[in-house]
Amino acid sequence: MSFLEYAPVPESRAILNLRDAYGLFIDGEFVDGTGESFATISPADETHIATISSASEADVDRAVAAARRAYDKTWSKMSGRDRGKYLFRIARLVQERARELAVAESLDNGKPIKESRDVDVPLVAAWFFYYAGWADKLDYAGLGADPRALGVAGQVIPWNFPLLMLAWKIAPALAAGNTVVIKPAETTPLSALVFAEILQQADLPPGVVNIVTGAGATGAALVAHPDVDKVAFTGSTGVGRAIAKETAGSGKKLTLELGGKAANIVFDDAPIDQAIEGIVNGIFFNQGHVCCAGSRLLVQENVHDEVIARLKDRLSTLRLGDPLDKNTDIGAINSREQLDRIRALSKIGEEEGAERWTADCVIPENGFWFAPTIFTNVQASHRIAREEIFGPVLSVLTFRTPAEAIAKANNTPYGLSAGIWTDKGSRILAVADRLRAGVIWANTFNRFDPSSPFGGYKESGYGREGGRHGLAAYLAPGSSAPRSRQTALTAGATASASARATRSAKKPALSKKEAKR
Amino acid sequence: MTRLAVPKTYKLYIGGKFPRSESGRTYEVESVKGDFVANVAKASRKDARDAIVAARGAVKGWAGATAYNRGQVLYRIAELLEGRRAQFVDEITRLEGISAAAASAQVDEAIDRWVWYAGWADKHAQVAGNANPVAGPYFNISVPEPTGVVAVIAPQDSSLLGLVSAVAPPLVTGNTVVVVASERFPLSAISLAEVLATSDVPGGVVNVLTGSPAEIAPWLASHADVNALDLVGASALDWVDLQIAAADTLKRVLPPEEGADAAAPSLERISVFTETKTVWHTKSMV
Repeated sequence: MSFLEYAPVPESRAILNLRDAYGLFIDGEFVDGTGESFATISPADETHIATISSASEADVDRAVAAARRAYDKTWSKMSGRDRGKYLFRIARLVQERARELAVAESLDNGKPIKESRDVDVPLVAAWFFYYAGWADKLDYAGLGADPRALGVAGQVIPWNFPLLMLAWKIAPALAAGNTVVIKPAETTPLSALVFAEILQQADLPPGVVNIVTGAGATGAALVAHPDVDKVAFTGSTGVGRAIAKETAGSGKKLTLELGGKAANIVFDDAPIDQAIEGIVNGIFFNQGHVCCAGSRLLVQENVHDEVIARLKDRLSTLRLGDPLDKNTDIGAINSREQLDRIRALSKIGEEEGAERWTADCVIPENGFWFAPTIFTNVQASHRIAREEIFGPVLSVLTFRTPAEAIAKANNTPYGLSAGIWTDKGSRILAVADRLRAGVIWANTFNRFDPSSPFGGYKESGYGREGGRHGLAAYLAPGSSAPRSRQTALTAGATASASARATRSAKKPALSKKEAKR
Repeated sequence: MTRLAVPKTYKLYIGGKFPRSESGRTYEVESVKGDFVANVAKASRKDARDAIVAARGAVKGWAGATAYNRGQVLYRIAELLEGRRAQFVDEITRLEGISAAAASAQVDEAIDRWVWYAGWADKHAQVAGNANPVAGPYFNISVPEPTGVVAVIAPQDSSLLGLVSAVAPPLVTGNTVVVVASERFPLSAISLAEVLATSDVPGGVVNVLTGSPAEIAPWLASHADVNALDLVGASALDWVDLQIAAADTLKRVLPPEEGADAAAPSLERISVFTETKTVWHTKSMV
């Protein structure tokens, strides 16, 4: 037994109390979907976990109607203080059932239990706790007095952080006074359905949160639904584009968190131990299924060999295997489809002339797995330097001067995140200033916090999640939002409220809502 | 004996210069009474692309200028406009057929809006940005940055005030602008360009195209080097198609507005053309 071989310490599944089959969660109750139900499996061994209902267009319609009723009759009339108290309840219930949620998440998603237990679920609770406090303080959100909720929010979330993305979407939406219809990803619906039980325990009024499971068609029906006022999507840039087109002209407020190809820049004076850990965390956290992953390592030429050698040493100590084992560093790839994509792009990397190194680790027989992989000698034109692989694959490029590093980092249509490693404070500030990315980590990587806005530049999407900015994504400015003095000129015209009134005439969803006011 | 007037040639404004349309095309602009006023340049797709190239080239300098400097430059525009009030009142009256008093009120408001927006330049980041109290040893701060190149379809029924109301807000934070002027009332746009050229606005920061918005807008909407699209004056166009075209490159899009209050001054109009950048600075490595 080498020093790396630990006795297995799997987290017990006994804490789970799963049903054999789950319906949709509409109007506070589980109901059967009329679409064809599907199985959710464990990507670690391909075993069946539960049968999940699929929401047809009619089911989505029912869910939106429930959300609209809840908005009109209950949620929009409730005080911010009480909305906040429901969110605080949810935060506490998540903490109480944290271990159960973590096990469900790792089982369904394939991520290591140490991540679901120590990162995902604690952040979920933190997200609800943070936004709970905003619910009765919306006047201070920077949008003027009495900002208005938008109405019904339709939300579509990805499979890489199933419960955390749910929290990112639901917490600010409810705090701002909206009601929600949310669609979890097809391969990871489980934790959302356990979360539905938490909503029942919290006694959240029926219809305030509705969960419709299903595949792409369910999401498309939700996004296109005419009674949805706000669409929030996290996922691929391709689908984000399609949603932007679908919602064009509808007046639906849209926020998109899309793909990334983040540069993680290591200067020669970087604190090297921390940098190595940061690189590993940047691309191998959650099997690299992270939109803001540091998938392009830009390393200064004179320290390239040292960094790569130490990186390989470090990667050789990572343990790949059972996601529920507390010692596991690298879990399973979420689906066969995703595994195929990672394999295909890695093959292309080899064919284009990059040099491949893969950690030598035992791959379990069943399930979907991909060992940590580094490509060196990568050129900026290579597909593995341009396209999002969304897996544990790092592309290494080099640079000589800070200007070259900045140019290479910005040479992408994406602009979600970036990392800077250097001991020189002035360089951090100068480089951070010139990187076109929404989140920049200096001497750290992949940090998240409910108070910290997250979101992209360019084709990584628009809008922010987290912090005060994330709240604004679910609000319209109040009637007394700051404006310049209106002169005699506009006094003759329709003056201040007219801009909004004119706009809403073009927008069926908004005008309907305003008619109800 | 009356003096024979010297009429002005109205051309485009691209990269700080006043070229004719590369297409060689012009269109006739008439007064409200139907008299000939000018042959105005009719911008082509190529002119639009040239304007975008100029705007992109100007981003670094304008976004990199200090906020104090941008504020002073924007204020300087108001100063120069004030000195040319009579010219703008005359052009607006001739084309739009409104009274001199009404035109005067428009020009006054246009000048005052430059002043209002100029004052925002060194304050917007304080209002739109903030420190974030994250649960860890990090100094975490969010600041707004300009989106980049903003294409604007100016309000079509207000020659100067509409144009200023749409062009000023993206400039505040350091964006550069390509604007398609009112098709029927283009004179004020070109006269404003003369003001910009003689104030301290660097060439390329504002680029003015005259001609047909219906013809030019699709090229602006689909151009990959445009970051945001303000359709405030596009209500008569197939603006949903423009928004769909803009989605290919995930541009930030503002929908059309109508009425005298279109593009009313607001903080929102400044913020919508910014990106929030959040930086985590590690505090734990002593």
